[in-house]
Amino acid sequence: MDRPTYPEGYSARKRRAQAAAFAVCRILSLLIVLILFAILGFIVIKGAGVISWDFLTKAPSDGMTSGGIFPAIVGTLLLMLGSAVVAFPVGIMSGIYMNEYASKGWVVKFIRLMTNNLSGVPSIVFGLFGMALFVKYLGFGDSILAGSLTLGLLSLPLVIRTTEEALKDIPAGIREGSLALGATKLQTIWKVVLPMGMPRIITGLILSLGRVSGETAPILFTCAAYFFPQLPTSILDQCMALPYHLYVISTSGTDIEAQQPIAYGTALVLIVIVLIINLLAGLLRKHFEKGLS
Amino acid sequence: MEKIEAKEVNFHYGDFHALKNISMEIPRNKVVAFIGPSGCGKSTFLRLFNRMNDLVPGARLSGKILIDGKDIYAPDVQVDELRKDVGMVFQRPNPFPKSIFENVAYGLRVNGIKDKEFIAGKVEEALKGAALWNEVKEKLNASAYALSGGQQQRLCIARAMAVSPSVLLMDEPASALDPISTAKIEELICEMRDKVTIVIVTHNMQQASRVSDKTAFFYMGEMIEYDDTKLIFTNPRKEATQNYITGRFG
Amino acid sequence: MKRVIEKTVRWILTGSGFVTSVVILLIIGFLFTEGAGLFGEPVIEEGYVLAVNGENPVKEMSAEEIKAVFDEDITNWKELGGPDLAIETFRLEDADEYFTEEELGPQYGNAGAAIAALVASRPGMVAFVPELMIPEESGLNFIEDRNISPGEVLGGREWFPTATPSPLFGILPLLAGTLWVSLFAILFALPFGISIAVYMSEVASGKVRGFLKPVIELLNGIPSVVYGFFGLVVIVPMLQQVFGLPVGESGLAGSIVLAIMALPTIVTVAEDAMRNCPRTLREASLALGATKWQTIYKVVIPSSMSGIASGVVLGIGRAVGETMAVLMVTGNAAVIPSSILEPLRTIPATIAAELGEAPAGGAHYQSLFLLGVILFFITFAINLCVEYISSRNRAKNN
Repeated sequence: MDRPTYPEGYSARKRRAQAAAFAVCRILSLLIVLILFAILGFIVIKGAGVISWDFLTKAPSDGMTSGGIFPAIVGTLLLMLGSAVVAFPVGIMSGIYMNEYASKGWVVKFIRLMTNNLSGVPSIVFGLFGMALFVKYLGFGDSILAGSLTLGLLSLPLVIRTTEEALKDIPAGIREGSLALGATKLQTIWKVVLPMGMPRIITGLILSLGRVSGETAPILFTCAAYFFPQLPTSILDQCMALPYHLYVISTSGTDIEAQQPIAYGTALVLIVIVLIINLLAGLLRKHFEKGLS
Repeated sequence: MEKIEAKEVNFHYGDFHALKNISMEIPRNKVVAFIGPSGCGKSTFLRLFNRMNDLVPGARLSGKILIDGKDIYAPDVQVDELRKDVGMVFQRPNPFPKSIFENVAYGLRVNGIKDKEFIAGKVEEALKGAALWNEVKEKLNASAYALSGGQQQRLCIARAMAVSPSVLLMDEPASALDPISTAKIEELICEMRDKVTIVIVTHNMQQASRVSDKTAFFYMGEMIEYDDTKLIFTNPRKEATQNYITGRFG
Repeated sequence: MKRVIEKTVRWILTGSGFVTSVVILLIIGFLFTEGAGLFGEPVIEEGYVLAVNGENPVKEMSAEEIKAVFDEDITNWKELGGPDLAIETFRLEDADEYFTEEELGPQYGNAGAAIAALVASRPGMVAFVPELMIPEESGLNFIEDRNISPGEVLGGREWFPTATPSPLFGILPLLAGTLWVSLFAILFALPFGISIAVYMSEVASGKVRGFLKPVIELLNGIPSVVYGFFGLVVIVPMLQQVFGLPVGESGLAGSIVLAIMALPTIVTVAEDAMRNCPRTLREASLALGATKWQTIYKVVIPSSMSGIASGVVLGIGRAVGETMAVLMVTGNAAVIPSSILEPLRTIPATIAAELGEAPAGGAHYQSLFLLGVILFFITFAINLCVEYISSRNRAKNN
């Protein structure tokens, strides 16, 4: 057989196809950037006028048609703190177990499967579960305690996974080096492995806090109060929370005119928290990567 | 006119001067081997002939490379047209995750050939040319990954030859294979030499001496010596070449 | 001493390793016990009976039939296998229409007897009254009550948990709403997701990619209420105008919001998969004269198909389970949707919207836990799917 006769002009045609395809990809990517900026910009522009010292430091008043969102901010911070207390120690220990102790085999496979499944469980199911177990069965009632436990369980898979991945990237030689010097396994983990993995673990922890700060469904029935103007005094109190506040004010408000600005302001504060957290995690990661290279 | 001519080629990766002022001519339908220790630039030089280094960020080329007298880095040259004519076989067998048939047909299809009969004929011819036809003719639709490493590499040769290139670049094509598979590949090279100009990079000097007509020795980004293979291996003019082929370093 | 500490720590760590497994088991346990309770609840509201005339041969009615009778969609007993006789319904609230205050007696003391007499005198009447009110030996027949069956829940076409005399717990409209919204969300997100993943992994320069990556991450980090709020104040009015809808809250609004929310998952996983496509395969394709784009759609995408598929399935999982944003923009009408432009309601939104009002321990409350169980198993199945796809992929790569 002879050399194939390639169709005339096909080369130009396929280059045109490539240009068109890449243009589509470029446009759709640009569109997503625009969508993000539209969402952020919209909320920033509409919400910026609402933000004031009083808005951030006063409780809602006049049937939530005026006043601030201070209790909701405090509530969200408390829930972040509470979930951290629940999820961080257990999650980090679990990650250490997975990477350092568990014998590779079906145990690790099983736990990983369960952890992945837990991370796929919808947040509303966590809400139901938290209500059944913490609120009703254990009798904590609607409380910061029940809310923190629920949110803590929700963020557990993320904490475990980041810990595991941070530790996995630490070369085996470093562990062997420490063990060869006569350190026990625990000492090696505590003094060598954990400090090396810490920056990445912390990045993961911060991101998990970000997720917790915006969750609504899990606290609907475990903790969140529609209106609770004073600050909580015990972990068995209910509390307000930013995402829940935004939800009630924008859907079941009594006076839309007066409440819409409050909703924009609340959304802005929520977005700012998320932005700060993402920025922090990003900076930390960059800092850490620079330290590595 | 020689098939390939390189004129004062300099190549940089960022600050690294990878190829230093290389000029050489490669005659039509001959086999030319590039030898030298790793990192000497022989693979980099080879990959200039089908502009594979275009993908490397921060790469800079000066000098000229002509194939059939035409500057392949001229602005009017389309890379895909060039590569259709300058095939390549890589260090490790890299068949696509497709059937054996589709692997060989790939080059024809992406260059616009739709005639099914022609493709089927060409696939058979290419597989026969790669001495693989008898082993795979019953299972052309099986995944290419079902083949052994040596078979996969011959499949890659068939794939490259199916588009009928006039030059075939081979980048250490047998370095990942066992001795028997290596022998088969070398046999193929000898059979293909009258159809195509072959440039082969190898770190195996016996291989170079067995298959090539001419050999170039590279060291530290420079082409130290380029001559008939017989002369290089029996009577090298440069001491560095002598040292390398006698195994004093490398 | 050192050894003891080592051992103790080891045990503690092992214990925490199994926490997630325990949580999964607890979730299944608690949701199941509450949810399964629904099948122990009577069809007719607890403590009440449906009394009919002693001559009436109809003994059984399904929950849907009862609702149809009291909504006056069924008006003749022959439709229920009885005689050709018009149905009259009687609820306690109707007492004033039939009786004077004297007849009912002080504190409604005679109401039971009066109602019994009324039903006994009207062959076509069915009365929904508290069981205790009806005097013994009244000569009336009672529609036989039984427990709610899994069939009428899983196959029921109507969700009306606050209906009297018998609430309806048919989950089909909710299931349909959930799948409908998620399906459209993925249809919207898919072209975007794949294109962006291709752009980021194959086309964009390092700088552009370095800009897009945090954009996608941020998109992932925005809380779902904020998406819901944005949808409510921007997308919903927009859709209402564009399509001339009576209400903008619709399945479409939900799908659009969900598409944006599912996008980061799809992009991240798909991009990862494409970047993992070996360089040697790309080079082989380019060396044969293929363009970059031919290489992408003929080699890179097919060889990272399982990764892309996991991304899409994970995106579906995210869409199916999403609660707040959907709750805020879909209008929450519990009907089987006939068009994406109509309001509809998903399983998570139903739980979120109704759990607050459902009395704890009641049938409604239990039905919401049952929804939770169903949702849990849908997402569980989705996760196993992803797990299966990626494990097969790992096996292939080895």
